[in-house]
Amino acid sequence: MSERANGLDVEAIRRDFPILERIIHGKPLVYLDSAATSQKPRQVIDTVSDFYANHNANAHRGIYQLGEEATERFEGARSKLARFFGAPSADTIVFTRGVTESMNLVAQGWGRKFLREGDEVLITEMEHHSNIVPWQMTVAVTGASLRYIPLTDDGQLDLSDLGSLLTERTKILSVTGMSNALGTITPLRQLIESAHAVGALVAVDAAQLAPHHAIDVQELDVDLLGFSGHKMLGPTASGGLYGKAEVLEAMDPMLGGGEMIYEVFHDRSTFKPAPHKFEGGTMPIAQQVGLGAAVDYLEALGMDAVRAHEEEMTRYALDKLLEAGATVYGPKDASTRGGAVSFWYRDVHPHDLATILNEEGVAIRAGHHCAQLVMRRFETPATARASFYVYNTKEEIDVLVEALATAGDIFA
Amino acid sequence: MAVDELYKEIILDHYKSPRNKRELPGAAFTSSGNNPLCGDEVTVFANVEDDKITELTYQGAGCSISQSSASMMTETVQGQTVEEARELAGRFRSMMAGELDPDEVTFGDLVALKGVVKYPIRIKCAVLAWDTLQEALDEASHP
Repeated sequence: MSERANGLDVEAIRRDFPILERIIHGKPLVYLDSAATSQKPRQVIDTVSDFYANHNANAHRGIYQLGEEATERFEGARSKLARFFGAPSADTIVFTRGVTESMNLVAQGWGRKFLREGDEVLITEMEHHSNIVPWQMTVAVTGASLRYIPLTDDGQLDLSDLGSLLTERTKILSVTGMSNALGTITPLRQLIESAHAVGALVAVDAAQLAPHHAIDVQELDVDLLGFSGHKMLGPTASGGLYGKAEVLEAMDPMLGGGEMIYEVFHDRSTFKPAPHKFEGGTMPIAQQVGLGAAVDYLEALGMDAVRAHEEEMTRYALDKLLEAGATVYGPKDASTRGGAVSFWYRDVHPHDLATILNEEGVAIRAGHHCAQLVMRRFETPATARASFYVYNTKEEIDVLVEALATAGDIFA
Repeated sequence: MAVDELYKEIILDHYKSPRNKRELPGAAFTSSGNNPLCGDEVTVFANVEDDKITELTYQGAGCSISQSSASMMTETVQGQTVEEARELAGRFRSMMAGELDPDEVTFGDLVALKGVVKYPIRIKCAVLAWDTLQEALDEASHP
């Protein structure tokens, strides 16, 4: 099989994912919704199960054997994530439940503390709601204003007017690394350089980028970067926020409570240093430990091979969908985009399409993908979206395209 | 369940050739509803005289289930009293909850939508037009 040529042994990978044995409506499951959440390999499932079966205790609390084991595994996952993202130390990785929490932490912990009237926050029209709404909430209380980088017709960021959008009034640029609705990979290096040149910080939503691409936060010189564990083979409620040490140190915590404090008095409390000051309450411990195993799995595959596979799947899907007469939103060149492919097939509404495809065992997403600004920009209420990961094959894309024909017949 | 039990001919017919799909300028009562999860939109326009719904039209965009439900609703409800329409809306919701086996005398073409019950995620699509109508009728009762 050609999958092998780019370095991934997809058949072997598929054997690691028990759910891929599921039969849906009498057909083998074709899971094409990894941009919403990825499936989990046995190695991750077993790690979570082993944690609960053999090592479960609260982390950073118990002065006993199990407490030490739980803490060691929890902090071990943090170290693995630091290594995976090229971070200088484990202390620069804050555990969160995913990018939504990470962006809220940035918008509240940094934004509410440092933004003033006259300041500007720059985001883009390509953002997921989790990188729009937290900023709307923050500018409403700080008096700062929110500006948007617009999109071109082929779904790229329109940087032609960047000079007037990114000025010394801009205090932070918060941008996605890869659009979940259009698949577009944004020019992070260029954006980060331009933002730093005017003294602005850069926060990156890497929910879609991190599962598919090697990221080196130091080489990128990014200030803050959020990721969702459940989209990169890890459990739900796992994920985190990388931050430069000085940025994390300056930020306020979002949640007050247990674990995040040094000392509590009647009138005030003192906080632990980062990352622990951001981790109030009992964390999803087993889940973050599971994410550590997910990162081990991805590193064993090699992120370059993971990206090559994504690009190959995306190129094949774009070709087949366009050939079948689908309208594809976003860039058409697979080398500049990721594997979340939004489309509309003939006159079949995405919801109807998703229902019909489900009868064929094919799982795709239909809707606005939490990106209503993108839908409005392209004047469509919704799209169908197929997205790919390390376990998907070209044969599955063929099943998708054949099922499209069935839908086309029903609505012909 | 085969998908053709969901996409019955009559549903596809109302979807492709919608009835009463137009704005009603100067309508006495209008209401808009949408489904934030999927972006389905329906606006209903109603004229009421002596407690009778003399004219009912809709505008909207969305999937076949949401739009055909709106189209069929306008045909069935036109000419009913406000109270009758309210009652039918309630019965339609019961049908969608699987609590009521619909009869053609009461429901007309709407019977075709009973297949939606087997697709729980799509029920909200079918109910959207009715919720929107209900809001317009509430306005009619409490001007």
